[in-house]
Amino acid sequence: MHELAITEQIAEIAIRHGEQHQAQKITDLYLVIGELSTVVDDSVQFYWDLITRDTICEGAELHFKRVPAIFRCQECGKEYRLADGELQPCPFCQSSRMEIVQGKEFHLDSIIVE
Amino acid sequence: MPRKVTIVESIHSANDQLAGENSRRLRKAGLFSVNMMASPGAGKTSLIEKTLARLTPHYSIAAIDGDVATSIDADRAAEAGAIAVQINTGGQCHIDAHMLRNALDELDLPEFDILLVENVGNLICPASFKLGTDRNVLIASIPEGDDKPYKYPAMYQDVDALLINKIDLLPYIDFDMDYFLQGVKMLNPGLVSFPVSCKTGEGIDAWIDWLEDQIKGSKTT
Ligand SMILES: Nc1nc2c(ncn2[C@@H]2O[C@H](COP(=O)(O)OP(=O)(O)OP(=O)(O)O)[C@@H](O)[C@H]2O)c(=O)[nH]1
Ligand SMILES: [Mg+2]
Ligand SMILES: [Zn+2]
Repeated sequence: MHELAITEQIAEIAIRHGEQHQAQKITDLYLVIGELSTVVDDSVQFYWDLITRDTICEGAELHFKRVPAIFRCQECGKEYRLADGELQPCPFCQSSRMEIVQGKEFHLDSIIVE
Repeated sequence: MPRKVTIVESIHSANDQLAGENSRRLRKAGLFSVNMMASPGAGKTSLIEKTLARLTPHYSIAAIDGDVATSIDADRAAEAGAIAVQINTGGQCHIDAHMLRNALDELDLPEFDILLVENVGNLICPASFKLGTDRNVLIASIPEGDDKPYKYPAMYQDVDALLINKIDLLPYIDFDMDYFLQGVKMLNPGLVSFPVSCKTGEGIDAWIDWLEDQIKGSKTT
């Protein structure tokens, strides 16, 4: 049940920045979530509607940008992704020496305010 | 007029900030702290018991146990010689920095040398909520299967040590250690790992040696 905790954190950040920019209302939130960072499901939207009642975020729409995990093989330099959601050695040369290029993101990128 | 406000702030920023406060507070009090994470039943409490049995003669140790409900684990830690505080998370699948802070309030911190934190049994959520502990340790166990690094990559990425518990069960379970360690190496190259059995005591020496080295290292820096 960490979606509730995460939703509260999202609301706190959005409201803080909204108030700094004298927003009357926040209409949209753009979130970036890497495939390796955490599991966030649709219940975020459900909690969101509950906890933002009577705040400047009430009615705001959440937009999730999911960023796929990308690995770079340290042996052959090629980039590759998870296979069916699972980690795999380099599909080109089978090396397991790799670095994570992207997929750990988990941030609030921007908001639209009025 | 609608306007765009660029933010780019980590969703965990509030928790990370509190974790930083916990870290400063623990260091100031001279404690070395370890966050133990694992799936349910991997052996967190058993390992804490083993660790207490070895270290309580030399160190004063506090244990904080996070569970959704009950105080069974804190009672076990207290029985094994720690001053124990139970955190009931009320349904949350992890301890967060705020919960740890409240638990620290219940301890006279300068009295202790070591703090062992048992996180809630879960292989997904504790990875993203930092607590501010000096070390984060993951306990895998043989019956969980050798594919866990492949399925729960976030958990394996940022830990400082890995224990592989219940190695006494290796003869009975199809667990391909090479396959398991290959996954670990992909996510966290150079991660130090300790195959152990809390049942037979095998491998516990190496874990205790490492832990004592870390404690001594933290005193000199
Ligand atoms: N065979 C074997 N059993 C073990 C070992 N370590 C722990 N166990 C058993 O595994 C079960 C779970 O151990 P715990 O230490 O309670 O696990 P935990 O991770 O604290 O569990 P939760 O706090 O409920 O998530 C118990 O029945 C232990 O006796 C081991 O090395 N070998
Ligand atoms: Mg336990
Ligand atoms: Zn390759």
